Amino acid sequence: MEFLQPATWAEALEAKAASRDAVPVAGGTDVMVAVNFGRLRPSLLLDLTRVPELQQWDTEDGVVRLGAGVPYARVITELGDRLPGLAMAARTIGSPQIRNRGTVGGNLATASPAGDAHPALLAADAEVEVASVRGTRRIPVTGFYTGVKRSALADDELIAAIRIRPPSGPQQYSKIGTRNAMVIAVAAFGLALHPDRRAVGTGIGSAAPTPRRAPEAEEFLAGELDGLWDSRGELPASTATRFGELVSAAAAPIDDVRGTARYRVHALSVMARRTLTWAWADYRKEATTCA
Amino acid sequence: MSAPTRTPSGAPAHLTGPGSGRVGDDAARPDGVLKVRGEFAYGSDLWMDDMLWGVTLRSPHPYARIRSVDVGPALAVPGVHAVLTSDDVPGSKTYGLELADQPVLAVDVVRYQGEPVALVAADHPETARRAAARIVVDYEVWEPVTDAREALGHPTWNQVHETEAPVTELSRESAHLHPQGNLVRHLKVRKGDPHATADVVVTGEYEVGMQDQAFLGPESGLAVPAEDGGVELHVATQWLHVDQRQVCAALGLPPERVRLTLAGVGGAFGGREDLSMHVHACLLALRTGKPVKMSYNREESFFGHVHRHPATMRYEHGATRDGDLVYVRAQIHLDGGAYASSTPAVVGNAGTMGIGPYVVPNVHVDCYGAYTNNPPCGAMRGFGSVQTAFAYEAQMDALAAELGMDPVELRCRNAMEQGSPTPTGQVVDSPAPVAELLRRLAAMPLPEPPGTLDLREVPGGVSNTTHGEGVRRGVGYAVAYKNVAFSEGFDDHSTARVRLEVVGGEPTVTVHTAAAEVGQGLVTVEQQIARTELGVDRVVIHPKDTDVGSAGSTSASRQTYVTGGAVKAACEAVRARVLERAAGLTGRPVGDLRLFDGTVVAEGLELPLAEVLGDDAVEETLEWRHRPTQALDPETGQGFAHVQYAFSAHRAVVDVDTELGLLKVVEMACTQDVGKAINPQAVVGQIQGGTAQGLGLAVMEEVLVRDGRVQNPSFTDYLIPTVLDVPPMRIEVLEYADPHAPYGLRGVGEAPNISSGPAVLAAIRQATGLPLTRVPVRPEHITGT
Repeated sequence: MEFLQPATWAEALEAKAASRDAVPVAGGTDVMVAVNFGRLRPSLLLDLTRVPELQQWDTEDGVVRLGAGVPYARVITELGDRLPGLAMAARTIGSPQIRNRGTVGGNLATASPAGDAHPALLAADAEVEVASVRGTRRIPVTGFYTGVKRSALADDELIAAIRIRPPSGPQQYSKIGTRNAMVIAVAAFGLALHPDRRAVGTGIGSAAPTPRRAPEAEEFLAGELDGLWDSRGELPASTATRFGELVSAAAAPIDDVRGTARYRVHALSVMARRTLTWAWADYRKEATTCA
Repeated sequence: MSAPTRTPSGAPAHLTGPGSGRVGDDAARPDGVLKVRGEFAYGSDLWMDDMLWGVTLRSPHPYARIRSVDVGPALAVPGVHAVLTSDDVPGSKTYGLELADQPVLAVDVVRYQGEPVALVAADHPETARRAAARIVVDYEVWEPVTDAREALGHPTWNQVHETEAPVTELSRESAHLHPQGNLVRHLKVRKGDPHATADVVVTGEYEVGMQDQAFLGPESGLAVPAEDGGVELHVATQWLHVDQRQVCAALGLPPERVRLTLAGVGGAFGGREDLSMHVHACLLALRTGKPVKMSYNREESFFGHVHRHPATMRYEHGATRDGDLVYVRAQIHLDGGAYASSTPAVVGNAGTMGIGPYVVPNVHVDCYGAYTNNPPCGAMRGFGSVQTAFAYEAQMDALAAELGMDPVELRCRNAMEQGSPTPTGQVVDSPAPVAELLRRLAAMPLPEPPGTLDLREVPGGVSNTTHGEGVRRGVGYAVAYKNVAFSEGFDDHSTARVRLEVVGGEPTVTVHTAAAEVGQGLVTVEQQIARTELGVDRVVIHPKDTDVGSAGSTSASRQTYVTGGAVKAACEAVRARVLERAAGLTGRPVGDLRLFDGTVVAEGLELPLAEVLGDDAVEETLEWRHRPTQALDPETGQGFAHVQYAFSAHRAVVDVDTELGLLKVVEMACTQDVGKAINPQAVVGQIQGGTAQGLGLAVMEEVLVRDGRVQNPSFTDYLIPTVLDVPPMRIEVLEYADPHAPYGLRGVGEAPNISSGPAVLAAIRQATGLPLTRVPVRPEHITGT
């Protein structure tokens, strides 16, 4: 197993173009586990932690451009206000040590259906900025996940950044695990209300071959909220319940050691209902605060 | 053959530590600073410059015949020094704690997934692993037997209490896993009227999953070939001498040529009672003439040690309308997996103490241990008592509900006390404050109801699943008892060598025992006892090895009692000789003299030990035994089988998100009688740890086995409680001396592991109204989805 540690982004892209089976490693919280279990023996490990651009975030035209190598701990401390849904997801990940190492870029590169960041990225309509020696392109995150641990990345591409528009409304994130910390999701749900666009974003984790949205639930809720965005009136309980049902209907989970398919479906409906209730309460509170 | 040129680095040195603290003090551990600073050498730190690495090829199948093994491709790998199979085992091909039924390396048949088949030694661990993967084993795969009751021919519950459940032969050719059949042990406890009837009857069926010890330091050791053709084995273990006996048998070597030294142990909890890499590393070292290190990773560790027996249990309790227990009938099936390990003794505990610390006139218990093709099960903290406590305490709550009685009152009404008869015909002959333990718990204030939302304090934690929705609080109680030390007539002893001399002008005691320090703090206790008995602060703990006699196992909550007793006795013998010597020097009667602060003192006399001893050392080696126990009558299970009992009780307060099935244990309160707290701080540590491990089994810890295959051999999916799962604890330690035990002490480590989980279950049942008859409880058991 060769180990390469490029110091610049250009070198990294050249190395990936030259060795297409090279496995990029950032925090190593997925890659090194796979190596330790003997499941992964890449010919080349491409360590991206020395590439300065990947460790930075900034704002371009109101959009946060999050370098692929920014660890979760910094998402929580530096971006909690700009990317609340993603920061909530980041708080559920691993231990402090894992959050100091693990990155959103790595979560995307692994593209596990159980990756904690995905539901928040889906709900927020994030874009993945990928690059190769051929150039740079942006992939909407909804189109990024192509199968179990497979993504739209070409074999010479690396993830440069994640682009997320800061929220115009409340965001929520909720995750089921069978212990209260340091646990892989049995099911997860991300929700973003977009009052500016009168739209709703959702993301489902650990309950289908890939992370996915719940389009019918989004459309249903956007329709129900049509008359409520301005009035900020109370949300009927039946709306939240129906939203939960539609979210769970979008899932296609399996039974595995972490939970049953039936439980996952049930848990999604509860999480969707509860997170919507909290998000709407926050939205109504905002009005009170502003007034 | 190359001889060892130096002590392996990582081998334990003498421990001295901070140097104060006597019996009853919160003495600091001599290894504490090393451990906190990351400087303590664990078994996995062992190292010699010219050592080889050994790895194990394991069976991927739970049950199969080996048609052939071709080691040629592995031997051809550059860097490989040896590849061994069962043909290379010079002595006994099988070993075991109670029955020698487990192959050192598989012979013709593999009986569980992970069974060792071949060994490789190479100059690099990766080389050894790759070579092992090239060994070609041709298996004829058989259908595994994976259900303990089916293995015994008990496909349905046996409802007839008069006649023993027949052990029938299964029709399949592969059904008998071992020549004698699939029954490891059937224990019968018969007391009173087998046909007793009662006003109120509750029955229940319960199931406990397979728990892992989850010690943090995986199996590790280093075998060094010696010039005399023998071997020195440095290994993290629980009982050096029982290892030595088994290693000698397998190697065909006498004990003087197989010397064991304890390497740093990172937790044990029963999982190191059986051999793991011991014989394997020695075989490779003797074959290659080089030191060989073997160190499992976490995944291999799950296959490299026994687990806690899964249990299925059926109970029937009968009581008067006033709440007096009339009878208990129980059938307990324990899945021992592929090899016996300590299943016979686990069956003994589960059966004899299977109805809990209650007085019951009529008892009828059948406890079975079975062979299956599941992972071998054996010792784990609580040892058979953990499983039954979930059942008998659930029954007591069900009975209380049926009677309309308070669960604590029902327990107190039937509680064992000093002088009570046990189901096995023993009379409890030391304090048994069962009712007091419960009443003290009930009198403790309950935690405040949830206040302002803090996600860390609610079910689901920071995963943000509830802000209070669906959350209901439950409170549950449980009480347990557990035998201390080895039972049923076992010659249970320990050996201590104590030496008093003056070193560099300072009186110094050296304590040498073979008792394994596995993290529990026995080295501290040994120092405290020596300081107390000899009045000398500086106490050196000699490395634990087989140069001194057996100390017995570090298990069954027994070392403070038995090795503590041996150290005390050896100190007393040393003291007598020193005082005799001082009497000779001073002309004062021995009876007037005592040892205090490094001097011999009497009225008007203060004689420094340096003057009494000069350059001489006074040394005594003593073997010490607790009072003998008896075997149980094979037909009635009656007999003086247990030397001492430990009692503990728990109150659990649990918040349950009833809609999602997620839990937050809000508080655990524990009361325990320890007779005498030799080291109160360590006692509290044991109670905290035991409580956490019991909580883990109650709500999350399970080795999931499907068709004989382990589904979750990693800490990614074998979950143990984190700091957000283990709540604050209220602990009250009672000290009612046992007149038969040194200092009146009782073993501490296991009892809290037994009562903790059942209390958590009781609390969840109260919050949800669900029967919840299986542990660990999973979210879908609560949501019904």
